Amino acid sequence: MNSQPVTLYPSRQFKDNARAALADTELRGSLRSAMDFLMAKRSSAFPDTDELDALRTLGEAIRQRCLSRLPELLEQLEERLTANGVTVHWAETPAQANAIIHGLVAARNGTLMVKGKSMVSEEIELNHHLEAHGIQALESDMGEYIVQMAGEKPTHIIMPAIHKTKAQIARLFHEKLPDTPYTEDVDALIRIGRNALREAYLQADVGLSGVNFAVAETGTLCLVENEGNGRMCTTVPDLHIAITGIEKVVEKLEDVVPLYSLLTRSAIGQPITTYFNMISGPRRPGEKDGPREVHLVLLDNGRSQAYADQQLRKTLQCIRCGACMNHCPVYSRIGGHAYGTTYPGPIGEIISPHLLGLENTRDLPTASSLCGACGEVCPVRIPIPEMLMRLREESQRPAGEAVDHPLRGQGAAASTTEALAWRAWRRVYASPGTYRLFGWSATRLRALTPPTQAGWTQNHVPMTPAPKTLHELVREREARRKES
Amino acid sequence: MSARESILAKLRAAPKTALAHPDIAAHYQRFPFPDDPVGKLRHWARMMRSVKTEILWTDATHWPEALAEWADHRRPASLLLSDTPHGHQAAAALATRPTVPALRYFDSELDGWKEQLFHDVEAAFTRVRCGIAATGTLVLWPDAQEPRTMSLVPPIHIALFDTTTLHGDFHSAMHQENWAAGMPTNAVLVSGPSKTADIQLTLAYGAHGPRDLVVLAMLPDGISPAMLEEEGA
Ligand code: SF4
Repeated sequence: MNSQPVTLYPSRQFKDNARAALADTELRGSLRSAMDFLMAKRSSAFPDTDELDALRTLGEAIRQRCLSRLPELLEQLEERLTANGVTVHWAETPAQANAIIHGLVAARNGTLMVKGKSMVSEEIELNHHLEAHGIQALESDMGEYIVQMAGEKPTHIIMPAIHKTKAQIARLFHEKLPDTPYTEDVDALIRIGRNALREAYLQADVGLSGVNFAVAETGTLCLVENEGNGRMCTTVPDLHIAITGIEKVVEKLEDVVPLYSLLTRSAIGQPITTYFNMISGPRRPGEKDGPREVHLVLLDNGRSQAYADQQLRKTLQCIRCGACMNHCPVYSRIGGHAYGTTYPGPIGEIISPHLLGLENTRDLPTASSLCGACGEVCPVRIPIPEMLMRLREESQRPAGEAVDHPLRGQGAAASTTEALAWRAWRRVYASPGTYRLFGWSATRLRALTPPTQAGWTQNHVPMTPAPKTLHELVREREARRKES
Repeated sequence: MSARESILAKLRAAPKTALAHPDIAAHYQRFPFPDDPVGKLRHWARMMRSVKTEILWTDATHWPEALAEWADHRRPASLLLSDTPHGHQAAAALATRPTVPALRYFDSELDGWKEQLFHDVEAAFTRVRCGIAATGTLVLWPDAQEPRTMSLVPPIHIALFDTTTLHGDFHSAMHQENWAAGMPTNAVLVSGPSKTADIQLTLAYGAHGPRDLVVLAMLPDGISPAMLEEEGA
């Protein structure tokens, strides 16, 4: 039998997902208090606004400089890492990345992978791929571990299990882990997770991690974390595989200093995380621990599409701090699952169209009130609202129109009715006679205004024209003035 | 075309803009960490304590005693040491005490005794390369003598820190020590014992790495613990 893999795009159902999330009062409660907490923490981490402004400007300049030299820096990174004994792989698609990683694990007959936090591994759905080949991929970040055990996906890029209450987690551990009593004590819950995972580090054949910054100058992979699971995954198993998007490369070692500070303070309001782990190679002769093999997988998956356009390239400045989510009035009401994408919130709205195509993400650029909060808090000053406007434009641009940098799924949100309406609008406004006629009939026939007006009347009262046009009112006023 | 060539070709075909590398050092000169040894130490200690680090003020001569006293009080069942002069000094000081933890040196490749490290070692003692005042941080530079897992796997990590190596901020540590000239296999910044807030944003220590971090902070002549613990410190 020929079985075709079925790909589901939950991102296509954004509007339905959002409606369901809005009705979930428990979810809304946890999100609201979590977002309030994270916003307060962030602002207290930047007491000096001059310093914050200068640091954001510096962060932006570093990221833009590194992106301006992206191809050269990737080559330099590869060369330095290779010299340090790390093998570098390149993947254009998730399928290629999965095949590379599976190949490395299979080469040592591995059956258990422990995973540090890696959004890119979620992006390529690595766990499913490995499981289909009989390899267990165990998430070891506490939040990810909980979410995986619940059979869900992370709902926030920094706090994967932010939507869950401790009672829900207590029930989950009690039901899923053998001999685990029900407890809502957070210390006890963490201890349960710690003990289970420590056995896994010991047994695992391979550790997988993401990368926060890859330094071209020295061939160093930097990982930011609090828990120590990232260090475990990159230190204890004999094989370490790191995976990252091609945009994560920075030029100099000192570039990581301001970026790291912006990251931890923006993300969770901490001056620094517990660990900043800098890996520059496998175990050297004479060293007594550490993996004997280290590999880096560099993934494109649509990033080069964003890169090709100078405006959209700014999307790639992102350091994945999650601050734009925490401050987004849409995200904080619907949470991460509704977006149906690996990256939710404002950053998800601007990066997902490149990863999945506008055909699968056409509603995401509209999931914003354009209030501007995301752009204001972004530590590397990505003008997110501007990116959203541009993506809206591209999603409406007729599919056949030739442009310099066509985006995948161009015109996905274009509708014939809308196009007709705009064409009529253009006609009316281009000729004064038609315009007057239209104005006159719209005001005189206002009683006939339809009570339901497409999407508008879902949340608003119907729009009804005034009894007279503005032109008429002004004319009347002028006439009155002359008389008096 | 390979994936590598194809990705690079796409990136090269994109429009180019020449941008200068920003002056990072200038930023840290504009917002420097005040260079006063006592102020730096006070701030460092306050930051480290705010994330549950225990600091024992001592000096270059008395630290073995301070370590032994800590062990008398805390009674770790076992202690992992490095085959280094300070490792041997620690062992000698502990040997004079009424109850001595089971001592073990990290003297062979981990592969042969991984299980014991995970199950039978309660504490490990290592040296620190330098410190960072602004964020309350220790910099570890593991090597063949003091491998990476020493500061990671045992539930208690005891760190020997020469406080004269305390830098103001991360940038000056990296810059003054010229890290870019040669990075070790693994270098780690450590700011407290491992922690997580992944369950309902409630902070819990002892996530996957150490539950406790104890620093034997050696003070130079001229700085006494009293100066660091004064009112307002
Ligand atoms: S877009 Fe900006 S605020 Fe959002 S995750 Fe990326 S760096 Fe953070």
